Amino acid sequence: MGKNQVSLFGKDVLDLKYFSPEEIGLVLETAKEMKNIIHRDIKKVPTLRGKSIVTVFYEPSTRTRTSFETAGKYLGADVVNITAGTSSIVKGESLRDTMLTVQAMGFDAIIMRHKADGAAEYAAKVVDHPVIINAGDGAHAHPSQGLLNLFTLMQHKGHLEGLKVAIVGDILHSRVARSDIWGMRQMGIELHLAGPKTMMPRFLFEEPGIVIHDNVEDAIREADAIEVLRIQLERMKAGLFPTRREYARIYGINDERLKLAKKDVLILHPGPMNKGLEISPYVAYGEHTAIQEQVENGVAVRMALLTLVLTGGSK
Amino acid sequence: MKLLIKGGHVVDPANDIDKVVDVLVEDGKIAAVGENLAADGAEVVDAAGKVVAPGLIDMHVHFREPGQEAKEDFISGTKAAAAGGFTRVATMPNTRPVVDDASLVRSLKARAAYEGRVHIDIIGALTKGQEGKELAEVGDMTYEGAVAFSDDGHFVKSAKTLLNGLDYLRAFDKIIINHDEEPSLVEEGVMNEGHASAMLGLKGRPTVAEDIAVMRDIMLAEYADAKIHVAHISSGRSVELVREAKARGVKVTAEVTPHHLTMTDEMVDFTDSCTKVNPPLRRDKDVEACIAGLMDGTIDMIVTDHSPHAEEEKDQEYMYAPSGFPGLETSLGVILTSLYHTGKLTMSQVIDRMSAAPAKVFSLPAGSLAVGAAADITIIDTEAEWTVEAEKFYTRGTHSPFVGQHLKGKAVMTIVDGKIVMKDGIVE
Repeated sequence: MGKNQVSLFGKDVLDLKYFSPEEIGLVLETAKEMKNIIHRDIKKVPTLRGKSIVTVFYEPSTRTRTSFETAGKYLGADVVNITAGTSSIVKGESLRDTMLTVQAMGFDAIIMRHKADGAAEYAAKVVDHPVIINAGDGAHAHPSQGLLNLFTLMQHKGHLEGLKVAIVGDILHSRVARSDIWGMRQMGIELHLAGPKTMMPRFLFEEPGIVIHDNVEDAIREADAIEVLRIQLERMKAGLFPTRREYARIYGINDERLKLAKKDVLILHPGPMNKGLEISPYVAYGEHTAIQEQVENGVAVRMALLTLVLTGGSK
Repeated sequence: MKLLIKGGHVVDPANDIDKVVDVLVEDGKIAAVGENLAADGAEVVDAAGKVVAPGLIDMHVHFREPGQEAKEDFISGTKAAAAGGFTRVATMPNTRPVVDDASLVRSLKARAAYEGRVHIDIIGALTKGQEGKELAEVGDMTYEGAVAFSDDGHFVKSAKTLLNGLDYLRAFDKIIINHDEEPSLVEEGVMNEGHASAMLGLKGRPTVAEDIAVMRDIMLAEYADAKIHVAHISSGRSVELVREAKARGVKVTAEVTPHHLTMTDEMVDFTDSCTKVNPPLRRDKDVEACIAGLMDGTIDMIVTDHSPHAEEEKDQEYMYAPSGFPGLETSLGVILTSLYHTGKLTMSQVIDRMSAAPAKVFSLPAGSLAVGAAADITIIDTEAEWTVEAEKFYTRGTHSPFVGQHLKGKAVMTIVDGKIVMKDGIVE
């Protein structure tokens, strides 16, 4: 009942920490309708006609930026992209000034990605009118990815409460993992984490509602879904794991390991994948994978978010 | 010029005085301390209900001179000191250029005498350019008046370099102050490694980085039978290490800041760099250990690590903003509020840790109200309630985590060499 009263109109999308289960539920409901639009022959709808959106990316990204841009365009909004390499950002403009400049141009939403943890929340304090949508800040948060993970799980499992999800890999540097931690716990999902201890935040165990395992096998046993995190090779150079070979053997998600999970286990990966490293090609393209579907769902979830924060989603 | 400070509660731990008496100042020196002293033409300061103490000393400030005067200089810095009740401060040498030779010490001493509202002591660099390799001309700097030596901001990484410094400085009876954080463990770290950093995603600086550095320094000082001073101790385990070392006679001393005595990493809001500092704000158990160490004398003194930065530098993403914030104008209020009014320290202990002890450890002509001593005096209203406002700071730094805090107790008069330099918060 209360669901109808929930509104995200004007809300900054900074971190799933600030989203109630009802609000997350509303996004997932709305994303379902949006997914239908993507499947239409003529994809353009006028929901956001007259709204203007800017993406400001301080870090390179293809999939997230394109996903947001596509979402905005399907909904009829005007979307402009600013990347750090081609703007006054390279001339040393501060984040405050860039945000004020963009605000002054009248944009309704600023979608931003930044290397610094907290950059989106900082920006939200700086600007008044445009809503800030965090498309990834450092190792802190990536809320739209967290939401699309939940949406994908919902589509396959029909419910979220009580699911057992394992997250495997480099938790320390992962904004996706942190957003999952907030979002999935919020929806009653049981979380199991594993990865090399060099990439597991030392004091994360103090956070309630998370089980941290010493090995992958324990984390994925009887799991309804496994989210495999991308492992960056620079972590190897930093001495956090010895070799690709060893990582694949001990932490990689392959057919053999998959047998430990539930028969209908779903495989998630935020992309881009390192096949043969954190995930075997057989798993990446096999019967359990939802990795390509996640990309499609990403567009749907971002359409839902934009609609809800810019119009309130009245239909 | 005579000044009679009348009816105040004199707290002078160096001379074991803790009672209501008058203090007479003449020609910049303490002329008499006793009951019912006659004014006899002296200007009378009514100190009834106030604490009269030897001037406060801060052995760890960054006044940014030379080279970064937009952040702070000797004028703004000593005004802030006077406003906070400090009559003497010691400046760290991580300036541009680094204070690593005698000519710089000499010129800074001259500027300090000319511009300083309070006494400024100069801490010289231990190594050339603070690079941690070759010893700077510490003997030459000592002859020009350098008060101690430090590569503050940088840990002296090479054990051999530190051992050389400890051995070499024996001839001059000067102390090395070391910033203890093992660099390989704190690279890129911007806050304490703990539950808070795990959830924020910010890179951590673990307490063990401090602990192994403190342990190494203690071992080297013990081996060389030399003095070492641990800068801004913050880890509970490090406090234990110092306590154990002192018990077996190692000549180690330590200092702690008001923020490490009162704040934890759970306060870090990554949209505001005012909590960013090195070493970082730690956890409850560390704060408790620092307070316990200060109470039992393991930690000798309170320092501010006053580190002002320009507004545009601090107003950035947390990971890009420089570390440090101003502390001179909040130190006494924070200490009185959190340690004196809570009964953790007596007033005599507060004055010891903020005046008598630093004077004793660093052999300064200060920290005492004995007859004949320089008349550096701080008068404190322990009951005055006030709210910290950055707009009222004399320092050029504005981003302090204490801004907005409601405090109880402050300095109401600062007297340097018998001259009133601050009255009711106003510095001329």
